This record gives sequence, C-alpha cells and structure tokens, in this order.
Amino acid sequence: MQISMIINGQEKAFNVEPDEYLSDTLRSAGYKSIKRGCDKSSCGACTVLLEGKPILSCSYLSFRANGKKVTTLEGEREEAIKLGSLIIKEGGDQCGFCTPSLILTTIALKRENANPTEEDIKHYTNGNLCRCTGYVAQLNGIKKYLGVE
Amino acid sequence: MAVNERIDKQDGLRIVTGSPIYTDDIASPDALVVKIMHSEHHYARIKKIDTQEALKMPGVACILTYKDIAAKPITRAGQTYPEPSPQDWKILDEYVRFKGDDVAIVAADTQRHAVEAMAKIEVEYEVLEPVLDFMEAEGNKAVVHQEEDCFAHFDFGFRPKENVAGSLKVNIGDYEKGLKESDVVITREYRTQATHPAMMEPLTAYTYLDHVGRLVVVASTQVPFHVRRQVATALNIPMHKVRVIKPRIGGGFGCKQTSGAEFYPSLVTLKTGRPAKIYFSRNEVFLAATRRHPFWFELTVGATKDGIIKCFDMKARSDAGAYGEHCWTVLEAGAEKCMALYNKVEGYRYDGKALYTNRVSSGAFRGYGKTQNTFAVECIVNELAEILNIDPVELRNRNIIREGEVLRIGHDHIYDAAVMRQDSCKLDYCLKRGAEMSNWKNSESGKTSSNKAEGTGLALSIQGSGIINLDSGGATLKLNSDGFFTLLIGSADMGTGCDTILAQMAADALEVPYESIVVNSADTDVSPYDDGSYASSTTYVTGTAVVKAAADMIKRLKEEVAKLWKLDLEEISYREGVFTGADNEIDLNHLSYELNSEQISVTRSHKCAKEAPPYKSGFAKVEVDLETGKIKVNEFNAVVDCGTPINPNLATVQTQGGVLQGIGMALFEEINYSQSGDELNDSFMTYKLPCKKEAPKINVEFADSYEPSGPFGAKSIGEVVINAAAPAVIHAIYKATGIWFRELPVTPEKMFKALKLKSNQE
Repeated sequence: MQISMIINGQEKAFNVEPDEYLSDTLRSAGYKSIKRGCDKSSCGACTVLLEGKPILSCSYLSFRANGKKVTTLEGEREEAIKLGSLIIKEGGDQCGFCTPSLILTTIALKRENANPTEEDIKHYTNGNLCRCTGYVAQLNGIKKYLGVE
Repeated sequence: MAVNERIDKQDGLRIVTGSPIYTDDIASPDALVVKIMHSEHHYARIKKIDTQEALKMPGVACILTYKDIAAKPITRAGQTYPEPSPQDWKILDEYVRFKGDDVAIVAADTQRHAVEAMAKIEVEYEVLEPVLDFMEAEGNKAVVHQEEDCFAHFDFGFRPKENVAGSLKVNIGDYEKGLKESDVVITREYRTQATHPAMMEPLTAYTYLDHVGRLVVVASTQVPFHVRRQVATALNIPMHKVRVIKPRIGGGFGCKQTSGAEFYPSLVTLKTGRPAKIYFSRNEVFLAATRRHPFWFELTVGATKDGIIKCFDMKARSDAGAYGEHCWTVLEAGAEKCMALYNKVEGYRYDGKALYTNRVSSGAFRGYGKTQNTFAVECIVNELAEILNIDPVELRNRNIIREGEVLRIGHDHIYDAAVMRQDSCKLDYCLKRGAEMSNWKNSESGKTSSNKAEGTGLALSIQGSGIINLDSGGATLKLNSDGFFTLLIGSADMGTGCDTILAQMAADALEVPYESIVVNSADTDVSPYDDGSYASSTTYVTGTAVVKAAADMIKRLKEEVAKLWKLDLEEISYREGVFTGADNEIDLNHLSYELNSEQISVTRSHKCAKEAPPYKSGFAKVEVDLETGKIKVNEFNAVVDCGTPINPNLATVQTQGGVLQGIGMALFEEINYSQSGDELNDSFMTYKLPCKKEAPKINVEFADSYEPSGPFGAKSIGEVVINAAAPAVIHAIYKATGIWFRELPVTPEKMFKALKLKSNQE
C-alpha cells in the first residue's frame, strides 16, 4: 500500500506491506540510526519520534504512520552531537548500539519537560536498555545536557 | 602524554550520531537474506526433508540441507588452533541436538520470501529421547553425540559416549594435610544459572565474493582470524580464499567469541555467487547463541579457629549443552585462581566435568568460568567468617595473596616462580579501600524499619590478563605522508574502546600526538595475526605488541635518518617527533616525504609470558523489602587493581557495566523452563535485564598499581569486574536477613518464600 510520511521535515512516499513495521521501512530507506535489538518493543533501540513523541518502531505498523511526522536521529544531528559529546566525555558510548535511541529519547524528554529531575530521566529513559555501561556514565552525560544537578 | 588520560573513544561521534557503522548497516541492499530453519525437537534424527515446494516459492535463491553438504566436524569456539574444544559441530547435520538447532538454510531476496519459503519445507523427524538435566547426563542412555567422526585435538577428557565433553582434575599442595590442620571444615553446594550475554547487537554477518572471487566475510566477531580458519575448514576451501573484515561491533561479552552467524551466508555466497547476509532476531539469539555455562558446585573449606584457611576441595559440574564450545577451558579457567586468592592453604583440589545435554550450547561469557567459581568460593568464605565469628574483611586480610607472593594455580608445575610471582597485587588495598568507601565498620545491617532490612556484603575477584604461552597479539605501524602513523591491529573492539587505548599507547610510545595515530582493526588481509579480543587480553597482550612495534619503528626511522645524513646511528637522537643529528633536525612530517620511496612499516607480536592478573574488591549495599521479597542494590563500591588504567574513563565504565551484569546474575537473570523442557523466556520481554531504575550508584576507584610486564604498567580489566558482584550481593542479603542463598538468581519470589519459611521456623 502507498503511504507518505514527513521524515525529518521531508515528505517521502513508501510502498509498504500491510504487516510491515516502521523500523523495517525506515532502515530499508537508509535511516540506519534505527537499530533492531529485540523485535519486541523491549530494548528501545528502534526508537523514533512520531509527532515528537518517542515510539518503538519495531512494533509500530508502517501504515499507521501515514501522513505523520517522523523524526529519526539523522534529523537531529546538532542535538545528537551536543548530547552525544557529553556522553562520550563520560566514556558512556561503549558499543554504542543503544546510544542513538537513548539520545533521541532524551531529546524528546528535553522538549517535553524543561526541568526534569534525575528520577524523571531514569523513568523516561528506563526502556532504553544498555548492556555495556551500567547506565552511570550515560546518566551523567544526560544530566549535564539537561542541566540537572 | 596520552596514556592514563580520559581520551574520547575514537568512534564516539559516529556512534552517537547513529551513523551506519555496524555489519547490517553496511551490508549491500542487494544481499540475499539468509534464514535458518530451527529444530522443533530437543533431539531428533531427520528422516526425510523435502524442499521441492519451498524451492518453487518466489524470491528463493537457494535452500540447503544436510544432504547438500559433506560437512566436516569443527568447533565454533574462537580459540587458538588446535582448539581445546571438541570438534563436534557441523553446519548442517542429520541429527538435531537441541530445540533451535539448524535444520535447513534458506536464502531469498527478502526476509518475507525466505520465511514464506521456509514454511513449505517438509521435515519428518525420528524423535529421540533427550537428556536435559546436566546432573543426569553422565552415562545417560540418551547420548548426545553418537556420531563416530567427532573428535578432540588432544586429551582433555572428551568421552562423548558417556556425555562427557571435557574433564579436569587439579591437585596442588597437600590437601589432606590442610584438612588435618583445620579446626573447622564446612561443605556447601552452590548453583549458578545460564545467563545470556545479551549484547545489544544480535549475531550478524554479511558475505560477498570480491573481484578475484575470494569470499569476504564481514562479521560482528571478537575473533576475525579464528573465523577465517573456521569458515575455511567448515566449507572445505583453502584459507587463502577467505578474508574476514570486522566493522564496529555492538557488544560481544564472549558470545561473539563463538562463530554463530558466519557460516550460513558464507555457504550461500559460495553456492550462488551472490552477496548474502544473516541477522539473528533476538528470539534466535536466545534460541541458538551461546550463553553462560550453568554450574553445580560442592565445595569444602577448612580453616583453623583463628581464621587461617588451610584447604579447599571443589567438585564442579557444568552444562556444556549440545556442542562443547569452550566447555573445557571454562572449567580450567574456573579451577584456576579463584581458590588461589587464599594462598596460605596447604592444598587445593578440583574435580570438574562438563557434560553434554540437549540444550543450547553454553560458551564464552565475560568472566569465563571464574564468575561461577568465584561465586562459590567467595560465598563459602563469607559463610566461614560467620561460623568462625571473624569479620569477613579481617578473615580475608589473614589469608589473601599479596604483592611479591607466588600465585599457586594449576600451571605451577609448568612455570617457574618468576612467571607466577605477583609483581603487582594491590588486593589488600582494594579490600581496605572498598571497606572505607562502604563505611564497612559502621554499616547498618538487619532490620531498619518494620518492613525493610539492609545489609552490606563483600567479595573479591581475580581474572587473567591473557593465557600464558598461548595468547598472542600483533601490531603493525606504518609511517605515512605528513608524518602520521597507521596502527594495524587484529584485535576486535567490541565497544570497550581497545582501538582507542591501543592508539593512546602507540602515541606515547612514539612520542607523537594522539591524533597522529590512525587505527585499522581488523581485516585478516591487512592486520597482523591476533587471537582476537577475549581472555581480557587486548590491553596487556596486544598492547605490549604495540609498544614493541613503536620502539622498533623509532629504531628503523633513526636508521633511515642516519643514512640520509650519512652519520652513524648513535649520532641520531629522537624526541617527540623530531630527529636530531650533530647539525641537522628533521621532523616526522618532512621525513615521511623524504622516505616516500622507502615505505617504512614494522610489525611486532607478543605472546603472553607472565601471570599478571587484575584484582578487585566489590562491596554491595542492599535493601530487602520484608513484605514483598524485593531486593534492591542501593550502592556498589568497586576498587580495581588493573595496573595502570590506560584510559580511566573507559576503565570506569567497563567496571560499572561489569558490576551491573553481575547484579543481573545475582537478582534477575535466568532461563525458566516448561514441564516439557522448553525455554519460556526467550525474549527481552521475558528475560529480565537490569534497567536504569534497578541500577545502583556504582562507585569505582583504582588501586595505585603498576605491572612491570605490562604495557605502561597495565593489566586487564574487562572480566575481573563482573566476578565479585553476585557473591557480594548474596552476602549483603545475608547481612540484611540472616538467610544464605546458594543458588542464583535470588528473585523476589525466592526471597519471599525464604522469609516466610524463616518466620515460620522462628
């Protein structure tokens, strides 16, 4: 079926199967910041923003995004470098497979909540699993980015 | 100086911007998609397999079954040849030995077509009686490997007809004497479970034929050179026809030290001539990738009443699963060192066996046997302290190995004392400092409110920094135009940052800015041979090769400068990128242009020759909810002796990550089985990984330590950091509740039941 999405500000048309997931549609179209970690909306690696809110694209059917605004990390390069550099400074990038999704989720948090607490951050990003870092370094980077003491 | 600096990881910016850097990101869009048809039975013989209808399905390029392949048995374990693992695995076999084993390989133009075609394959099985419990495996009438062609390269107790995949006995000193001198002797049983490495990037590989028809394997692997050998052997092609390239890896933790994905697209590419790729779903990772060996231990410790530990006796049984990858070396790693932390003993004994079952193969996983053995040893030492009524910190103070002493392990009959002498061992400091950080003396223990109890527990750990006389690493340095260097290495950065730290070492050793080092790792056509990244060896072993290569490079360049200026070699001096003679000076930039017709590159290798283990203390603070059984780790303090931390940031994060994996093992992670023996939790939805909310504050400090045999004084860090976590948590739970747990993990349900039982008994 024919659908169109506004991806990172650009309208694009896709021919998708009715049971096709958004992660597959977008990765095939070259948006490789989206990773496939679990296929079960459990690890967060496939996060994209739909109308500005984080969703898990591995379990979101592509046709549902018809006519909607989708943001991938490729569309947030400036913020990704800003937050990413702070995480890198902490040594929290490690294998990095989960990092793009964590960064995109944090960008959404920043826009949703101007003054988050550490607990807010943990709650908002709890679904972004990481197996390398133990989360401490990631959290330190995010706190600096969001100006949380 | 670059060493001991908090330098950013080289690939950081590409990682955090989500750039296409991993195998599946860079695979050709035209690649055939390869899927594996998995066995539905624990154990069966394929009586009939019909692919006729499947082959007619749209998009199908090829379907392969055991009938299409004259497979030779190999091991997928990424170990130095000849591997100390049974040669018991074939790409496709008439027998399937666990639920999830390979039945057929399907390649199609899309995943959809591959899956649709797979549904049309008809298989008739002769279902066989499986053996699922490793404690019942030895001598069971269900024999996992009945075939006659499986073999071992040398005798490590491989007795397939009895389901014994490997066995090991170690006897050091005089155990009986130690037992006689003991006032208190206790024996306990412990069990550790199968846990998943759960690296975020699943197993994946992409293959194609290059312009001369060689097979190129792009794979997320920790062991590129072993993959080259295994693929060539399994596919029966000469090794020079295979090239392995490792791009960025999304985590490994040992799971990618076994070749899990590489064979399938390789086979398809050879059969069809077309590019092919495989990307395991998470479910398939649970179904077919290797996990930590579950262990059963019976452990005896003897001590005098004033707290001198005199003897240890350990019986260990492990579940190898259907194929024996790494099973014997995991036993061996576990038999070593964990007991030898307490080196005042008269004797140690170890009797270990790895047993075949019709389960998914166990394999390498961070800590590699030491994690399991450390759990048993550290738990029993804490129990002993309680019985002797001696503070567990004090008990360890009386018994632990100290700097200058000799590590007594299974190899002491092979190596002399100099190899085993601990020139850097700050374990006593790690213990003391960890106790201070945790406020050990004044820490609360027991009930703190009507429904909460708190406790602080501790454990120590040790690992290796490479396997003596076996692990080797190589480094090539090449001087380029403009005076920058290429550092070619064969080790595989799994995300730990070894590319970065090896570049830091090269920069310091060559006295050039860090930015002047460009790292290329790893490509078997280009990189010098390296065992790969495992056994905690990269910093220590490959790092030494880097330092040696840098020294050689400076020497070679001095020779060139001497030729240029027609001076004797002794007249040339070198400092920070500048060569100086009596009247001349030339920097690397200008020299590189002078030498363009004489390309200078040097390669050096290093074989691990010294036992230089890292040490760690771990202190856990836990809180137990007495009404629900929920256990929360509130704080974890870790003090690590890894020699010089080459990059303190990366070493800290390594420690924090390892500690949280250990906490996961202690409290959350396990496989549950149905009554018919099926695995129930085979996804991240049901297999419980620690999330942010469960992660405690993890404070990390490093001992001021310097290992003379290591590059810039460094030892390893990757694995030692996981080992102490679980026993420290168990100890803390005891301090909070008075209950010893001897089986992992301690879930809220188990805690709740134990609390109920205790209150009923009181």
